[in-house]
Amino acid sequence: MSSDEDPTSQRGLQGKPPEQRPHPTGRRNKQGIRIDPEAEAEPRVRKAVVSALVDNEPGVLSRVSGLFSRRQFNIESLTVGPTTVEGNARITLVVEETDPGIDQVKKQLAKLKPVMSVGELENNAVRAELVLLKVHGDEPDKVHAITQMYDGQTLDAGPRTITVQITGDESKIDDAVDAFRQFGIIEIARTGQTALARGDTPTTPGEEPAPEGTIAEEPSQPSANVQYSDD
Amino acid sequence: MSKHATAPQDETATDTNPDSETDAESTTEATPTQVTNGATAVVRSLENAGVTHAFGVQGGAIMPVYDALWDSSIRHITMAHEQGASHAADAYGVVKGVPGICLATSGPGATNLVTGIADAAMDSDAMLALTGQVPSGMVGSDAFQETDTTGVTAPVTKHNYFASDATTVGKTVGEAFALAEAGRPGPTLVDLPKDVTFGETDDDPGPPKAPARSSPSPDADPDAVIAAAEVISRAERPVCLFGGGVIKANASEQARAFAREYNVPVVTTMPGIGSFPEDDELCLSWAGMHGTGYANMAITHTDCLIAVGTRFDDRLTGGIETFAPEAEVVHIDIDPAEISKNIHADYPLIGDAATVLEQLYDAIDDDPETDAWVEQCTTWKEEYPMDYTTPEDEPVKPEFIVEAFDEATDDDTIVTTGVGQHQMWAAQYWTYTKPRTWVSSHGLGTMGYGLPAAIGARFAADDDQSVICFDGDGSFLMTLQELSVAVRENLDITVAVLNNEYIGMVRQWQDAFFEGRHMASEYNWMPEFDKLAEAFGAKGWRVDEYDEVAAAIEEALAYDGPSVIDFHIDPGANVYPMVASGGANGKFALSEDQL
Repeated sequence: MSSDEDPTSQRGLQGKPPEQRPHPTGRRNKQGIRIDPEAEAEPRVRKAVVSALVDNEPGVLSRVSGLFSRRQFNIESLTVGPTTVEGNARITLVVEETDPGIDQVKKQLAKLKPVMSVGELENNAVRAELVLLKVHGDEPDKVHAITQMYDGQTLDAGPRTITVQITGDESKIDDAVDAFRQFGIIEIARTGQTALARGDTPTTPGEEPAPEGTIAEEPSQPSANVQYSDD
Repeated sequence: MSKHATAPQDETATDTNPDSETDAESTTEATPTQVTNGATAVVRSLENAGVTHAFGVQGGAIMPVYDALWDSSIRHITMAHEQGASHAADAYGVVKGVPGICLATSGPGATNLVTGIADAAMDSDAMLALTGQVPSGMVGSDAFQETDTTGVTAPVTKHNYFASDATTVGKTVGEAFALAEAGRPGPTLVDLPKDVTFGETDDDPGPPKAPARSSPSPDADPDAVIAAAEVISRAERPVCLFGGGVIKANASEQARAFAREYNVPVVTTMPGIGSFPEDDELCLSWAGMHGTGYANMAITHTDCLIAVGTRFDDRLTGGIETFAPEAEVVHIDIDPAEISKNIHADYPLIGDAATVLEQLYDAIDDDPETDAWVEQCTTWKEEYPMDYTTPEDEPVKPEFIVEAFDEATDDDTIVTTGVGQHQMWAAQYWTYTKPRTWVSSHGLGTMGYGLPAAIGARFAADDDQSVICFDGDGSFLMTLQELSVAVRENLDITVAVLNNEYIGMVRQWQDAFFEGRHMASEYNWMPEFDKLAEAFGAKGWRVDEYDEVAAAIEEALAYDGPSVIDFHIDPGANVYPMVASGGANGKFALSEDQL
């Protein structure tokens, strides 16, 4: 339909046009927080370790990962494994978000039915991750020496490749990976961080230690470790 | 042999009460279903939960459950399409204040439900969907009509369940029912593999029991209530913003008492329509993209926003930066995740709306001084009136039709709508005074919601309540096959199609933002809806002129059965006021040149 036949005319309601109305001077930022219009600053993104105690039921991992993807939460790593209480599992997440974003992560996680409790770890929490590195086996002595330096273990040594395991916090693992580059890294698998609160502090609120006699045997299945990378 | 079958009514047999013979079954003392297998356990669990109606469509994998319904007191309404079943169940739940029930088979049956489930999720409507599934042993083999239903619906349900055992399936259904209405309501789903519903069991599942951690405490932290009360006492320009949560929590009475006691002007959200009477002097109607100018002025200039049961949707807030930019926000909500999600809450009060409003009512010692502010809001009502003209030489204005219906019906009339311009006119020009009389698709914006919603609402409503569906021509075309259900069940509903032969809201945006290029928004040809209605066995009218409006409405309302009026309205009519997407509420446009 051409515009001159358009039945739509400039019709509307009575009242002052927008420019003749009073308008407040206040503003909010993108997080909906009232701000001083003179001192607007973007809130900083930070890395947080969030731990969730969950019912270890089928689909729990997909519910958690689905939540992160549909709400566009920035996730660096996610690990999951059973606890000593039958039917429970702990999920450890490393997220990179603003403070309101981290708050949303925790609240949305807590709404999932299988999630029992959610906590954010303090900076001093005990953290560790594991890496498996497969490197060329041309210089076994040197590989062994570096593995020793990082308190690692050799898991497999063959004529052409050597596979080692290193555990530790994120920066130690980063350093170790750098050190092994000289041999030529063929394959690498990292678990992502897992963490517990230091000392008596519970990792997730309201968590009770497992009563005596209910400690589960060695986990019958290996824990599923998942790492996502956003890079 | 056919259960619940009512042949399409002969037109002369208009004295039949549509629900009399069928509803009698559900009100008489019914014998509970005897549990013999998973399917009867499912049905028994619904009976134990007090379910009286279910909406659905048959199919292979759900057949055992349908067979169990044969002997049940539950009234099943066979819909034309599963989407219709999900919307009917949703609307039934909205009107009745209980979870609506819908059923479908596996595969396409389940995926057809998804729109209605997503709609319920966005509007926090309690609903339970039961879907058939291929036998457990075949799951994962890409069997006939197999879909990963729990996978598909996980993002749009509060929680869903894959039933794995006949002995526990009844309890699972009970848990899903209870979870749907626990805390913040929402849809749940139970996927029912055929071997589970066929599997033997004689366990009575007992009453529905919500899972652990799903029922939050109704009270807000008393210290937080006192702090909020103090800021309200100090406020000079407070506004109550009542959302859909007020209605869901049955807190309308407390909301009314609070606003009137402290003389606080009231703005509602669209889902909050009916939480506060729109004919009350304090009521400024609803705010947001197509809200009234005075509601948007009040919400822009308030210094204290008392928001109850709202999630600050973008259609309400417009641009976050300019939303109530000078207001201290008191936010009452049952869901902690809504606190500071979109708008920072200075005073979060987590709890049940009715309970917390009572706490707040009691905690305020000094009434805020609001006389000048109330007067200012009244001035804005005069400055930005919702007026329209009705020139005789132009086609009928849609606003006129909505007001004519409102005048011709009682206060407790239920209005359902599709989505688009007609929905906005129905929300703007009808004066709602009671909760659960406005039934619409808000968050998801589902065209086609109106007719199946009217069917669901009809079964939930009292016999003397009228049910009117305002629909657009585009919306109506999406689900009008459900007219067959309305005729088969002889439901007394009136569909008012505000027909402009456009996807009108898209056309309005194209004129404003796309240089009038009406790509895919014009219908070159539309069926004659009045004749289509007659073909279905309903009663149809066509209206082109002002002087035909009142008579058609009167006849349609008097007709005891489904009726359709095809109103050919002004095709150029637009919805105003309008806040441009992401714009400032206070800069609402009153005409296109202001956008």
